[in-house]
Amino acid sequence: MSHHGGVFSRLVRLTLVTCVRGLVQAVVSLVGLLLFVACLLSLLTLAGGIGILLAPMSLLALRRLASTQRRWARHWSGVTIATPYRPRPVELTNGLIGRLQRCKWLLTDPATWRDLLWALVGVPVSVVLGLLPVFMVVAGIWTVVADLGAWLFGLWSTAPPSFWGQVLFLGMLSLVPFAGPLLLRAHAWAAASLLAPTREAMATQVGQLAESRSQAVDASAAELRRIERDLHDGAQARLVSLGMNIGFAEQVLRENPDLALNLLAEARASSGQALTELRTLVRGIHPPVLAERGLDGAVRALTLSLPLPVDLHIELAGRASPPVESAVYFAVAEALANVIKHSGANRAWVQVEYHSARLVAIVGDNGTGGATLRPGGGLRGVERRLAAFDGVLALTSPVGGPTVVTMELPCELSLART
Amino acid sequence: MRVVLGEDLTLLRDGLIRLLTAYDMDVVAAVDNGPDLLTALVTHRPDVAVVDVRLPPSFTDEGLQAAIEARAQVPGLPVLVLSQHVEPLYARELLSTVGGGLGYLLKDRVSDVRRFIEAVRIVAGGGTAMDPEVVSQLLARHARDEPLSRLTPREREVLALMAEGRTNAGIASRLVVTEKAVNKHISNIFTKLDLYPDEDGNRRVLAVLAYLNA
Repeated sequence: MSHHGGVFSRLVRLTLVTCVRGLVQAVVSLVGLLLFVACLLSLLTLAGGIGILLAPMSLLALRRLASTQRRWARHWSGVTIATPYRPRPVELTNGLIGRLQRCKWLLTDPATWRDLLWALVGVPVSVVLGLLPVFMVVAGIWTVVADLGAWLFGLWSTAPPSFWGQVLFLGMLSLVPFAGPLLLRAHAWAAASLLAPTREAMATQVGQLAESRSQAVDASAAELRRIERDLHDGAQARLVSLGMNIGFAEQVLRENPDLALNLLAEARASSGQALTELRTLVRGIHPPVLAERGLDGAVRALTLSLPLPVDLHIELAGRASPPVESAVYFAVAEALANVIKHSGANRAWVQVEYHSARLVAIVGDNGTGGATLRPGGGLRGVERRLAAFDGVLALTSPVGGPTVVTMELPCELSLART
Repeated sequence: MRVVLGEDLTLLRDGLIRLLTAYDMDVVAAVDNGPDLLTALVTHRPDVAVVDVRLPPSFTDEGLQAAIEARAQVPGLPVLVLSQHVEPLYARELLSTVGGGLGYLLKDRVSDVRRFIEAVRIVAGGGTAMDPEVVSQLLARHARDEPLSRLTPREREVLALMAEGRTNAGIASRLVVTEKAVNKHISNIFTKLDLYPDEDGNRRVLAVLAYLNA
């Protein structure tokens, strides 16, 4: 009995859950319709100027709604709908130009228009598919209630449904736990047809991925070559010279102790330099402090060794994955190295923050500006390295300064390790 | 003895000049890049060239290429190549240039000053000085070859020492056996490898290396 009771209560729960979800879909689609109207109005006022302010707001609200629907499709029906949006460009300013850039970014993304289309087309689909389970349940229960009422009290003036009608409605009631989820899934598929990235968008993305991967491979090959060169010309050569001096000293020790002494002193100096070079090299590959203290500590340590004051503002609630930490660390290090080498600044600042699932690092200075992204330059290298993580780099450096390098990449933070 | 030196790292160049000079060698030119090295070798025609494999401008194997080219223009020019790592391919290219002393040593070997100077002299005298590392890599490549696998471990040791350019007496003292025993091993090796045992000195070494290099 208890087993049957378990099955029955599960069916009831499934029915209720399905009804609520369908209802939510229907209501949300109406919210979407309101947003659609808001978007339309703000787009119409775009020429008038006020739309420049309103359009990004309404379009982003619509985007959030669509993202919620994508999430529900996955959680409720197991239909995964990928996010189709183009990456947000690094904003250069917060003023009017920034707003215009926002508008351009949103309006040139085909996914925006497909969101809008879904906000309209989705209404009848969501209302019909969403409310059908509720209707089936209500109709079924109504049959029972009407029957009982007529039988017990003869209260109902309206005639109860015919016999076949009753069979139909009661059948529908018992069908809800099975048909309901199917209806929800049909709704998810319908949503996927407009909310998922198009085939062309996917192809473009695959192309971009292939390109950024090949850039990353180039960057890491160049990096390995640099390390090999540093070792060959640095520590390895020092050790060879060390051996040569000691061997030479060994040979002349008896006949020419003074020369031997000189050679040994040189050898000692050489061993010290070899160690220094190895340390520098290791720091260039993966700074120990980065492994020990994460990005926050490593950037702090980096700025301590610089010959100019650096204002730091680092707010990270956790640690990014080691490759991301390393990429951002070297990006900041390269930007700061440029500040020292080229900007003529007497003050710099570094800001590292995490919000909206993106790690943002900004390096600025009060120097003379005029920096460019030369091919083969250090910042180009940084850009390539960041591209491997879908990250971007923006440089503003008007002649006369100041120079600001903004680097941004999407990533997740793990909880702070203790 | 007149030496031309090709080494781009000042530290090592100066050290080598001092070392060679201390052993009564006359460093007639010390250059730091491939093109200059080729010019110096062809104009000075030294008794021996001591050359770093990797030189500017390309920082690849400029030194080796300059040495090979110089040996094409000055047949029999003795060349001792120094390198920070052993590359059997380089040994092979070097050995394929005919005639004159040849050597290929790891740079580490300069710490054994006496042996290094000896190697320079062997090469200058038309002999061969192959790094044990080069020899063992060449041997490893042939480890499963039919004739080599017939050699006993002791015969392999003797073969490796021969390829380094050691004399019979040198091999005997190294392995702590009599010279007669060494002679016996060598004759066995030559029989097993189908080489002519009556060849002497450097020609013998070259025969072995040519065999390994084939």
